[in-house]
Amino acid sequence: MTAETYPWAPGFVAGDRPRIVTSRFGHEDSHTLERYLATGGYEGLRAALSKSPSEVHDQVRGSTLLGRGGAGFPAGVKWGLTPEGVFPRYLVVNGDESEPGTYKDRLLMERDPHQLIEGCLIACYAAGLSRCFLYIRGEMALAQERVASALNEAYAAGYIGRDILGSGFGVDIVLHWGAGAYVVGEETALIESLEGNRGMPRLKPPFFPAAIGLYGKPTIVNNVETLSNLPFIAANGAEAYTAIGTETSPGTRMVAVSGHVRRPGVYEIVNGTTTFRDLLYGEEFCGGIRDGNDLKAFVPGGGSAPWFLPDQLDLPFEGRQVGAAGSMLGSGAIMVMDSTTDIPAAALTLTRFYAHESCGKCVPCREGGTWLMRVLERVVAGEGTTDDLDLLLEVGQSICPGDMPHASSEALGLDATPFPYKMTTICFVGPSAYVPVHSALTLFRSEFESRVAPSRARTRIPVVAAGGGQ
Amino acid sequence: MSRFNAENLSLAREIIGRYPRPKSALIPLLHLAQEQEGWISEEAMREIAELVGVTPAEVRGTGTFYEMFHFEPIGRYLLNICGTMSCALMGAGDLLHAAEEELGVRAGGTTPDGLITLHRAECQAACTEAPCLQVNYRYRFRVTPDGVRELISELRAGSLADEIPPHGTLATVRQHIPADRAVGAVDPDEDTSPPSWVPVSVEGAR
Ligand SMILES: Cc1cc2nc3c(=O)[nH]c(=O)nc-3n(C[C@H](O)[C@H](O)[C@H](O)COP(=O)(O)O)c2cc1C
Ligand code: SF4
Ligand code: FES
Repeated sequence: MTAETYPWAPGFVAGDRPRIVTSRFGHEDSHTLERYLATGGYEGLRAALSKSPSEVHDQVRGSTLLGRGGAGFPAGVKWGLTPEGVFPRYLVVNGDESEPGTYKDRLLMERDPHQLIEGCLIACYAAGLSRCFLYIRGEMALAQERVASALNEAYAAGYIGRDILGSGFGVDIVLHWGAGAYVVGEETALIESLEGNRGMPRLKPPFFPAAIGLYGKPTIVNNVETLSNLPFIAANGAEAYTAIGTETSPGTRMVAVSGHVRRPGVYEIVNGTTTFRDLLYGEEFCGGIRDGNDLKAFVPGGGSAPWFLPDQLDLPFEGRQVGAAGSMLGSGAIMVMDSTTDIPAAALTLTRFYAHESCGKCVPCREGGTWLMRVLERVVAGEGTTDDLDLLLEVGQSICPGDMPHASSEALGLDATPFPYKMTTICFVGPSAYVPVHSALTLFRSEFESRVAPSRARTRIPVVAAGGGQ
Repeated sequence: MSRFNAENLSLAREIIGRYPRPKSALIPLLHLAQEQEGWISEEAMREIAELVGVTPAEVRGTGTFYEMFHFEPIGRYLLNICGTMSCALMGAGDLLHAAEEELGVRAGGTTPDGLITLHRAECQAACTEAPCLQVNYRYRFRVTPDGVRELISELRAGSLADEIPPHGTLATVRQHIPADRAVGAVDPDEDTSPPSWVPVSVEGAR
């Protein structure tokens, strides 16, 4: 069993596993064109250019490559949703990575920017996209720098721009970066931001970006990790890709495991078969819970995902099964809480995040998120009452009416409620403020009850409205 | 004083030219203004408005949505300590307290000498390296309270000046699109025929 780390790739842990997107991470200079070319770089592009665009599109469809930004939508299917004959079409690369717990896209941009660039070129060629905007999160100075250098190198060497490799195919890739707003990662908000506006999501349906996107034109939005898989698929074929993983979840996946484990890290895992137990306890992965403590709970798919208990450890990292068990895989981020964790306080760190990141467009998110945060703050501070626990659920119901997904628990005699939920908001920021509250209250209610006073012993006026009223 | 200098003005025009619609350059130009001055003044916003053809109010309207933009002067170093879940689980609260104590300001404040502004930040996409922080968006991983104190004394002593440029500078390498390689902006209203490499018959069959 190996678990190798590299000082130049903080957090990344390699092992005896297939490596599709991290194959060059062992080289300190993996971000340079020289290393890229010496390790099979731009071979996928060459292979793609020797085929027709629709053949390349079919190859990607055949690979069943699933989107890695959170929703898990098949990339090849998405590319096919642009309306026939409508041009120009744009590609927008989502490098805004900011979902709590998520760390992989930044690593891919810093360590292998040419792989991402090659992926963008293949996507543009196959789907007939005539300009690519590569949107990187504002706070990622090194990733911006690495991608800028790689773009400059690739332009100079004839891989980007006019008449690429003498093929007649030509596209520009424009580097763009954000300025600090989580919600801009949502694809329609990303487009708004790229148009120079406040990054507020657009209402969809009826119009998805593939039909009406950037400047009102068909636009494909794909995640950095999604696109980074394309060079492998184009160079080696769809079968080489589907030979790894399972039928519903082929290939590999980047997963960040953080929190109370012995070796937190980013792992490229085989998709669909690796279980949460493998990841948390396997010697080649996290090697167990820190200090020999017991596992209390974990968030399986980024801050927006309903929480899991040790009961769910044997589930594989596979979307449908995790959905049926009451959560989602989201952005490939697991956050682990050991037995010492203060559960209400942990939930607050997430609820505060989403309340803070609300763009303010929908009332249930703008107001509800803030209420959830304030009431929870009061409970965590030991100043809440039993009424507050009901209030939390009541406010949550105004964001997500009806049944909320949650995990099963043998100890609590609880059956799972499958994902997803209903919502009264445009995007998932509002519901995400409620998800941690709901999970924590459902699975650890006694920790809340032991902290609050009976309802009549209220010591404070409940919520002071932001406008200064009572 | 806070208009673009000659070099940045020509860079601003180059950046605008990359987008089919000039307004798309608004955020990049706000970054450029902040890089030049450390913050964004009214005058900078007026100039950007002229350059991209919108009103100054629209520039402000967009700019104020984004946390990285500062509309009044802040410290030379912006110290962002992450407080989201993974970092909180690994002791981010202690880091923030250590920084507040050492700097003598609360989160959100700037030291009286104008050197350091302290913020409690949200997830920095380095959760496996928790608890972490950024100084002018340069990372420090698995930081201890002592590490924070040490970092602050290094910032005060000026010994990190080479590694960490003043607030406002992000990537130190800029994208440059060589004119002889550029395809051009691809106008949404004018460039409406299929791109040259897409065979028309295949497109029709889709
Ligand atoms: C609030 C919110 C934040 C999101 N943040 C990101 C993000 O940071 N990066 C990302 O790739 N996708 C993010 N997404 C998902 C995108 O909307 C979109 O589904 C994705 O970029 C599509 O790419 P894919 O199909 O390749 O996964 C977010 C979605 C929501 C609702
Ligand atoms: S749910 Fe929240 S963040 Fe999303 S559009 Fe509505 S107000 Fe904005
Ligand atoms: S929670 Fe601190 S970097 Fe993600």
